[in-house]
Amino acid sequence: MTDSKYFTTTKKGEIFELKAELNSDKKEKKKEAVKKVIASMTVGKDVSALFPDVVNCMQTDNLELKKLVYLYLMNYAKSQPDMAIMAVNTFVKDCEDPNPLIRALAVRTMGCIRVDKITEYLCEPLRKCLKDEDPYVRKTAAVCVAKLHDINAQLVEDQGFLDTLKDLISDSNPMVVANAVAALSEIAESHPNSNLLDLNPQTINKLLTALNECTEWGQIFILDCLANYTPRDDRESQSICERVTPRLSHANSAVVLSAVKVLMKFMEMLPKDLDYYGTLLKKLAPPLVTLLSAEPELQYVALRNINLIVQKRPEILKHEMKVFFVKYNDPIYVKLEKLDIMIRLASQANIAQVLAELKEYATEVDVDFVRKAVRAIGRCAIKVEQSAERCVSTLLDLIQTKVNYVVQEAIVVIKDIFRKYPNKYESVIATLCENLDSLDEPEARAAMIWIVGEYAERIDNADELLESFLEGFHDESTQVQLQLLTAIVKLFLKKPTETQELVQQVLSLATQDSDNPDLRDRGYIYWRLLSTDPVAAKEVVLAEKPLISEETDLIEPTLLDELICHIGTLASVYHKPPSAFVEGGRGVQHKRLPARAGSGESAESPDVGQAVSAVSDAPPAVIPSQGDLLGDLLNLDLAPPTSNVPPVPSSMQMGAMDLLGGGLDSLMGDESETSASHYRTEVQSPQPPECSERELGGDVGGSPAMGVSLGGAPVGMPAGLGAAPAVGGGLGDLFDLGGGVGVTAGSYIPPKTVWLPAMKAKGLEISGTFARRSGVIHMDLSFTNKAMSVMTDFAIQFNKNSFGLAPAGPLQVLTPLSPNQTVDVSLPLSTTGPVMKMEPLNNLQVAVKNNIDVFYFSCQYPISLLFVEDGKMDRQVFLATWKDIPSENEAQFQIKDCHLNSDAASNKLQGSNIFTVAKRTVDTQDMLYQSVKLTNGIWMLAELRIQTGNPNSTLSVKCRAPEVSQYVYQCYELILRN
Amino acid sequence: MSASAVFVLDLKGKVLICRNYKGDVDMSEIDHFLTLLMQQEEEGLMCPVISHGSVHFMWIKHSNLYLVATTNKNSNASLVYAFLYKLVEVFTEYFKELEEESIQDNFVVVYELLDELMDFGFPQTTDSKILQEYITQEGNKLEVAKTKVPTTVTNAVSWRSEGLKYKKNEVFIDVIESINVLVNANGSVMSSDIVGSIKLKTMLSGMPELRLGLNDRVLFALTGRDKGKTVAMEDVKFHQCVRLSRFESDRTISFIPPDGESELMSYRINTHVKPLIWIESVIEKFSHSRVEIMVKAKGQFKKQSVANNVEVRVPVPSDADTPKFKTSTGHAKYVPEKNLVVWTIKSFPGGKEFLMRAHFGLPSVENDEMEGKPPITVKFEIPYFTVSGIQVRYMKIIEKSGYQALPWVRYITQSGDYQLRTNA
Repeated sequence: MTDSKYFTTTKKGEIFELKAELNSDKKEKKKEAVKKVIASMTVGKDVSALFPDVVNCMQTDNLELKKLVYLYLMNYAKSQPDMAIMAVNTFVKDCEDPNPLIRALAVRTMGCIRVDKITEYLCEPLRKCLKDEDPYVRKTAAVCVAKLHDINAQLVEDQGFLDTLKDLISDSNPMVVANAVAALSEIAESHPNSNLLDLNPQTINKLLTALNECTEWGQIFILDCLANYTPRDDRESQSICERVTPRLSHANSAVVLSAVKVLMKFMEMLPKDLDYYGTLLKKLAPPLVTLLSAEPELQYVALRNINLIVQKRPEILKHEMKVFFVKYNDPIYVKLEKLDIMIRLASQANIAQVLAELKEYATEVDVDFVRKAVRAIGRCAIKVEQSAERCVSTLLDLIQTKVNYVVQEAIVVIKDIFRKYPNKYESVIATLCENLDSLDEPEARAAMIWIVGEYAERIDNADELLESFLEGFHDESTQVQLQLLTAIVKLFLKKPTETQELVQQVLSLATQDSDNPDLRDRGYIYWRLLSTDPVAAKEVVLAEKPLISEETDLIEPTLLDELICHIGTLASVYHKPPSAFVEGGRGVQHKRLPARAGSGESAESPDVGQAVSAVSDAPPAVIPSQGDLLGDLLNLDLAPPTSNVPPVPSSMQMGAMDLLGGGLDSLMGDESETSASHYRTEVQSPQPPECSERELGGDVGGSPAMGVSLGGAPVGMPAGLGAAPAVGGGLGDLFDLGGGVGVTAGSYIPPKTVWLPAMKAKGLEISGTFARRSGVIHMDLSFTNKAMSVMTDFAIQFNKNSFGLAPAGPLQVLTPLSPNQTVDVSLPLSTTGPVMKMEPLNNLQVAVKNNIDVFYFSCQYPISLLFVEDGKMDRQVFLATWKDIPSENEAQFQIKDCHLNSDAASNKLQGSNIFTVAKRTVDTQDMLYQSVKLTNGIWMLAELRIQTGNPNSTLSVKCRAPEVSQYVYQCYELILRN
Repeated sequence: MSASAVFVLDLKGKVLICRNYKGDVDMSEIDHFLTLLMQQEEEGLMCPVISHGSVHFMWIKHSNLYLVATTNKNSNASLVYAFLYKLVEVFTEYFKELEEESIQDNFVVVYELLDELMDFGFPQTTDSKILQEYITQEGNKLEVAKTKVPTTVTNAVSWRSEGLKYKKNEVFIDVIESINVLVNANGSVMSSDIVGSIKLKTMLSGMPELRLGLNDRVLFALTGRDKGKTVAMEDVKFHQCVRLSRFESDRTISFIPPDGESELMSYRINTHVKPLIWIESVIEKFSHSRVEIMVKAKGQFKKQSVANNVEVRVPVPSDADTPKFKTSTGHAKYVPEKNLVVWTIKSFPGGKEFLMRAHFGLPSVENDEMEGKPPITVKFEIPYFTVSGIQVRYMKIIEKSGYQALPWVRYITQSGDYQLRTNA
């Protein structure tokens, strides 16, 4: 006989009947009735009306009946809080039952009754159960504390349950320990700052002991808790790892993954030259591979995590390519994940096999999978140069299959291959062109158009091909329209004679007939460029393109590190930090990998462990986003400020001249900025570096020629090079001067310090210093790329500052910055920028932009930077001025530990443009009278008293702007001490 | 930590039974589950995790049921899936089959089990043998003696009850090796490995201490012994009962076994294995008229061994008709619902070679839907033999009562995931 019979009574008056049965004297009948009630509850009927009758059955010695009544209570207590009180007595009584099963059942159920009113009645029974002699009851009570905390946290704290719970970590029974750990972790997660789990070496030791003896689930609770601990040093870290590694042999995949999490995290602290570090790496691979024989869902979780591990420590699985080969019967989510990992592991050593596999996959039927496989072939070509040729021929084979989506996908990736290896595989263009008509997806059309435009000079009928697209111009997606516009302009620049009509057609389509601002802006820019200065246009449009990066879809190092701390959890499955999908601020803690002890490693690639410690050592002031600064930043894209120039007569005959007239010019002045930023957003949006129309975006932002020719193109000089080269040349000269450091300079240049740590700037680290060389102020910068992708399109902008410092030219980071590469740049500064008083006075707020984002930092420059060369005052003037400045403007400072005599000091100071006007000697004391002039014309007078044999000197400074004095003093100290 | 609630749904998404463990996710959220799943399926983007607003569903499918866990936290996903599979295991051991009917027929026990298996989202005791000691199916026959907590539940040895008695003390050890092979259409072996499993059937009294000795290469290297063939196990996974730290330190496999049947350990060996049954196939498809299939199977193992129940499964187009077969041995059968020809050979001696030819008609109006290229798969069993050469050297059984117990060992090699891609 089965329980299903209970589901069958659906007569009218059922509730009434049940009520009668529940109140029956016969035990059997009662139980049957309760079962019927539960059955009704299960199928979703409302049986809450029977509450008092069911609760009446609670006092029974039949365990099964009791369980059913408890189950009913859990479901309906919340809707009947007043009546739930009726149950309290029984709970209290059951908690003292001689049978531990009943005690545990009562304490377990109690916590599930989420009714505020009754919680306080439950404290006493809970307290007893926490100290029960039977471990089964204790382990159940431990969990009950977490339940109660969820209902009424304050009550739990007041009653001291948290301390009792902490004591249970030392319980003799491993199951009790595990549940106590689980409960504490749960409570701690919702109260991040409660410091509940103050793990110390003693508790860690207890946990590690319990780890060997508790159930598989208990092991997971303990391992997950251990992962939150930060060992004091590498030795402790190693000893924990040693005790955790045996878990890698557990049959339960979740235990294995939690152990992997602990090991991956603690490994971060081990010196890489340690033998144990290598041993650990070797131990991790086999269990990770074995996870792939688990059930598909667990495989999926494992694969998502392996994807992270492969990015963090590629060496672990680099020899395990084969296990990621896709099986025919793998579920699609497993297939796609395996494919992704295959590409990450692809290297010269295994590329032949990988390609053979990918080709096999590309002939499958699952469209998403096939597309991804084709894309993967392209990625292999870009990643492993030696394989490029094979990849291209594989792609050509695939194009021959004429399977529509395969062809389209192949063309998209071939475009990327062209970008990576220019002038190498153009022989295939003819084949590609044959397939032009079958392309119906925007991305593929755009890619094909790009190819035609880029290689227009080699394609005889390029104009016809592009023209064919023009017919339906307005039906195309924006992506295709933009690409077509650029391609035709390229074509025109390459073959101007035959394509004039075509270019006019596309420009007017883009500017006049389109209401897409991006398209119009780009159209206007081209139009303007072509009409004023075709040579500049050529430089811009046909400029050399930055190389595309090898690896795409890499997770940012900081996020990657956070995700490593979440191995096995949903965060690691989504590849998102928990804060992105867990609601509310509570319970969202950013986890970080521990920092490596010592600095045994030097040129390791993006190592966040180091970056973290760097940050904590020297936290630089980060500029709060002030309104005016942000406003200024919008100018960033066009480094030299543009000025509006009168309309420029066109050297070419174009339609719609009025568009190019004054109206447009004023538009251009404003719009060029916004349009540039449009392109930028667009460049970043569709896909990471490899396949976007970045050439225009990059050029507009990066090239000085563009900025100048837009703003200040000379009147009526179609072929002339006008202002652009002039400025360029001037900059060049400045740099030449800058190059001759040391010849003229006697001034002290402080060493470079880190201004912007990589942690705060998505992998870009900036360090720098200031120098004055040959009368020109320089900001010497070092850019280091600690991220994994190439950085381009650098630009710099200053906020208004006390002395009007501003870049005198654009930032010259011309070549893309590859990962791990550092480039030194010397940026000449002018003092003619906008002025705003800063606090401190010598504070400079800087914004640096690259293809990734805009970053802000602030730094302080020595004020001696502003001391000009003609700062030597005439003696008479000096005397008069000294008297003239009121004495309250005089400030006195002590310069300690300076062992120079007055002549040496005088010489040294002169190197920094502090000039000695006169010298007087009284007894053993030399007095130097000195003058300094700042770039803004402020004079400063000083008296430096140096006593022979005394390392301490006295400096008196007089200035009409007394707030400068202390900065002058700082300079004295800096110069004299170094 | 893990699950807020667990649901068992039928294929239409109707909740058959559920348990709310934490109360932080609205129970009616489950109503969205099937719609979302269908949507994913339609888009071809199936995924074991589905999110809906702040709720995340983690699900598995078993026969005609969905088992779904919900959460709104950053749960330990691997724990949740492992737990859902454990649910299936426990229910199956309780009800033989886990399906819609068995849930309905046993809803009282299911509730009891759900209550015992997980508490506030933390999995608790999930060993069905132990659970059966205090959660019995015939509730009415519950005796007072059985309503005590078995000490096993909280013991360090949570998988074996005390006081077991057998007249004859015996252990049966099965060493089963499965061969996984992936062969490319051009005949090159893309990947191959061996997944071994050592299963026990223990019928021993009391609390015996067991020690299993294998010809493990690492162990032999440790002890400096180097005679005879050894096997290098890439990765080893053990049942709960094996002392992992002991194995880690000196490779000793020591344990107190669970009673009855259990899987003691599994291992993976990465060495290149020669596919034991080699298949060569020629599949020629003449559009609009016919498909001709020729399959040659060769036993690449020792002559004295025999593979039993060999099944070669050859895919055919879904619109094929009028099958004709010719075989040199065994018999071939067309299974239209799976688009397969299954060629069965009851007994296949090593070194022999057999042939099967099949001929199918194709309709003149062709199915224009693209079909995949399923591989040929092979099933077989070769008794008294392991490919890796692994051997049980000894099984020591010590119990304080001092009885003599006999270990029996059996070896078998079988096909695992055995796929050969075709050029069709």
